[in-house]
Amino acid sequence: MDATCREKMEREFPSTLPGDDVRQIMWRYADRFDIQMAVQSARGLARGLIARLVADGQRNTHEWNPRKEELLTAFDETGLTTIFMDPEEGGFIEGPKNLALGLVAFELSWVDGGAATCSLASNLALSPIHEKGTPEQKLFYMSRCVPPQPGEERKIWRGAFALTEPLPYVGVDTGVVSGKMRIAEWPEGGEPILHIDKRGRFITNMDFANFVTAAVDSDDERIKGSCMIILEEDDPGLFDRGAPTLKMVHQLSSTRDPVLSLRVPASRIIGGYTVKDGVIIPNYNHGEVIESVFRRTRVPVGLMTSAKLVSAVEPIIRYQRSRFRGGAAGSPGSPRHDLGLQQKEDAVQRLAEVWASGEAGSSLGFAALRLLDEFDPVEREKERLLAEQGVAGARAQMKLFKKLEQEALEYLELAAHNEAGRENPRLQELAGNPLIRFLVLEAQANVLCPGCKLWNTGQGATMMREAVSLMGGYGITEDCPGFLFQKWTDAQLEATYEGPEAVQRRQLSITMTNELFLAQFRQWLQELRGVAATHPGIGAGAVATAMELWLSTLEFIRKSKDADGKPLFHSQRHGVVFPLADALCWLLACRYQILDVLELEQKGPENPVLAEGLAGFVTFFSDLAATQAGRAAGETARICAELVYGFGREGEQVPEQEEFSRLRQQLDLSLAGSRLAKDRAAEALTKITIPEILDYPI
Amino acid sequence: MSTGFHIVVCGSLVPDPLQTLNPVQGANGPGLKNELMLPAVLDPFAAHSLYEAANLAKKMPGSKIWLVSLGNKAKLQQLMMTIAQKVAFELVPLDGPASGFTDSFEVAAALAAAIDKLANLDRSRLLLFGGCASASRDAGVTLQMVGERLGILDQFLAVDELKLQEDGSLRILERIEGGQYQVSACAGPPAVLAWATGNLPEPPNNPQIGMQNMRVIMPALQKAQPAPVAAPGVTFASVTLPAQQRQTRVVKDVPVEEIAKEIVAWIKE
Ligand SMILES: Cc1cc2nc3c(=O)[nH]c(=O)nc-3n(C[C@H](O)[C@H](O)[C@H](O)COP(=O)(O)OP(=O)(O)OC[C@H]3O[C@@H](n4cnc5c(N)ncnc54)[C@H](O)[C@@H]3O)c2cc1C
Repeated sequence: MDATCREKMEREFPSTLPGDDVRQIMWRYADRFDIQMAVQSARGLARGLIARLVADGQRNTHEWNPRKEELLTAFDETGLTTIFMDPEEGGFIEGPKNLALGLVAFELSWVDGGAATCSLASNLALSPIHEKGTPEQKLFYMSRCVPPQPGEERKIWRGAFALTEPLPYVGVDTGVVSGKMRIAEWPEGGEPILHIDKRGRFITNMDFANFVTAAVDSDDERIKGSCMIILEEDDPGLFDRGAPTLKMVHQLSSTRDPVLSLRVPASRIIGGYTVKDGVIIPNYNHGEVIESVFRRTRVPVGLMTSAKLVSAVEPIIRYQRSRFRGGAAGSPGSPRHDLGLQQKEDAVQRLAEVWASGEAGSSLGFAALRLLDEFDPVEREKERLLAEQGVAGARAQMKLFKKLEQEALEYLELAAHNEAGRENPRLQELAGNPLIRFLVLEAQANVLCPGCKLWNTGQGATMMREAVSLMGGYGITEDCPGFLFQKWTDAQLEATYEGPEAVQRRQLSITMTNELFLAQFRQWLQELRGVAATHPGIGAGAVATAMELWLSTLEFIRKSKDADGKPLFHSQRHGVVFPLADALCWLLACRYQILDVLELEQKGPENPVLAEGLAGFVTFFSDLAATQAGRAAGETARICAELVYGFGREGEQVPEQEEFSRLRQQLDLSLAGSRLAKDRAAEALTKITIPEILDYPI
Repeated sequence: MSTGFHIVVCGSLVPDPLQTLNPVQGANGPGLKNELMLPAVLDPFAAHSLYEAANLAKKMPGSKIWLVSLGNKAKLQQLMMTIAQKVAFELVPLDGPASGFTDSFEVAAALAAAIDKLANLDRSRLLLFGGCASASRDAGVTLQMVGERLGILDQFLAVDELKLQEDGSLRILERIEGGQYQVSACAGPPAVLAWATGNLPEPPNNPQIGMQNMRVIMPALQKAQPAPVAAPGVTFASVTLPAQQRQTRVVKDVPVEEIAKEIVAWIKE
């Protein structure tokens, strides 16, 4: 037996689809029972009631109806409504909940994205209050949104978040809102009463929302700037829920265009206000509130699309294997009967690509959420410290942070070169400064969050089309197992709401050049080089080389001009900065995918249940990671080459381009093995055991 | 005087029945292919008995529920993430195989020994619950043997309903052949009730209950005693899955009368 043959025989395949034991390790919640329970609740609901609603054709109506309404009660009963709340407010998860919410969105979206949106939208409405509300506002609204406990006579409240306005107003650009607030009455020494006019477009939960958190701007010289404000259905005035959105996707969520014209006390301004010289000054403008809200809520949306890709694997394998069963040719035991379409290389390889891409998105999304869980308390500590030091306002904060940035860079440098356990007083001093910690984590979050929203949904939608096509004609029917067609189109909405791709690219094009991010990115590059040395088959070498190419391209465009003498790097030059942002996302997703495989390899042996199957999973996930790495490196090379050469004139070359060519050649070489990995992953897909039938109705 | 029942539910995990179950010969006898990797559920009949227990406990304040499970403890822990959210109970885990290839006699001995050791269990208030048969072994004898070992002689099999009478006695419906029930009256605990499906839906998950349960479940799992129930001396000559008989057609929008006619025609065939 020659060596390759032996290696082939010894290679292990994953025995089954990855179960909870595997996922809990990869996505790092093996020791979190609260989260594991939330996952089980969401899964039970998704594969029970929600799948039943879809199978019964409830997605074929735009209107909210009593059947869809069952979702809300089910969310309440199974504890999903309270996941967002702290224990003292009636919840059951202590501390930050980003990872928990993302996992729930993932589970629900495994079956139906609209149901996931429906569950997340109330949290979206509460988020402005949760992030920036006064303690009184928090207590009041959070506790009302907790389902009544047995014996409690109370109606649960649900909210809607209203930013988007009818054309021609707020959409992608959220800077200038046309919703207005005026002072209607200001009793002597009392609370001012405001008149609010807000029209919303595409507002989720609007069929049943009892309150709306709305973005409005001042239309009165006695109010300064904009804010977010809470409007309740019983406030005096007009609370018209408006026309339903005739949407072709996410029909298990409610969306309408409300018209709101109401009188509310100024105490409803989220985060409160001060009065100076007879002028009401909201403590937070709408932009500040929205920024901190979206930073968190966009990541679960990204994961919703990734869940669709991973969920497509099982129905596609089943379709492929059973494609010819029962026909005249191919009796049981024959390859045609047992493997069906899986005899064809293309069919399984494309499926491997779908899975690899879903895997990468999941890894990126869950990493972003873990980061946010780490970041939440650090951000609160920062706010406390700044208040203590009397640093008020965005400008003062920026000034302080500019000064601290150097120290943060120094910290990163020292931390990277500090051998384990060595005492370094300077490092300890810097590490002990919460503001430095804040800056370091924020630089990451500002890239990972938009990156996840952008790549997972955008590229995810494209890959969902592949998944649909693997089911042939069945794929575009209503009764396609796994609801793949619905998932494909749902992915398009996920790429749009809570800020479409352009918004994410715009944000990335600014945050990806933050020196604090770039310093960490360079360290990740080095770390991947180390991984490549110990784990040659995992794709780390290709990703590291592509990261280097990306960095050199960034450097090139930052100092270069196009053939017409116009600078290449400019935030408004979307044709340059947007593709570069896209390439970055491909690479980040790969990095986290690889790290998750390493985690499984390292921690898997601690779980006795995994002992027999672990090697198979590690090999398979490494192959998927290498498959994805090859694809991502190729994509990066294409984008970077277009940027480096595409703005020059034919026949002319600059010296930097030679350096680029050299790097690009290295990148080409680093692709070695990535296609073999895909071959292996595809082969594994022909061997993996799947359940007899799908665990939810079709 | 203390009131309420002490309900001990015997039930463990079985592989999710939707999974592909392939018997294979391993080094230690037969098992299922990838058995440990397959997702598990609480044995269905035993699960029904747990829900009935919860319902009964709610009606009788002062009641308490134990769930005695013999199974792989890591898998049990995973199972608890769902089951522990549905019903408040104290888990009594025994770490051992829960496969269909163990012997009911040994399993019953292990379960009875564990119940025997339960502190604070008032035998005079004891209702021993469980499934009338396990989905993996389907021997249908385990609970009777546990009862015998504990000296509980009032035993009811394939129970679908338990009603508390005003005089404190129990009215019990047991399945017998032909879709009929046998109605029994039992003066009160102790008694063994091996449940069939009962009448209750699966309770929704409630993480608040789950978090409370987990506080005692985790330490219990960590301390779980090994329960070797390897059926020594037993050899399995051959193991096969029951032959599948599927005569299914997927149809939509067929009137009920049509379906009924077809079934009658099929029965007459
Ligand atoms: C089902 C559904 C539910 C929703 N739920 C809510 C909700 O609960 N609350 C809420 O407030 N909103 C909600 N929305 C609104 C959603 O967030 C917006 O639709 C989204 O932000 C895009 O705005 P727009 O539709 O006006 O697109 P536009 O602003 O018209 O953008 C369209 C496209 O134009 C291009 N573009 C626009 N501006 C720029 C720019 N500056 N730079 C580069 N390209 C640009 C991009 O290609 C962009 O994708 C929902 C929408 C839907 C469909």
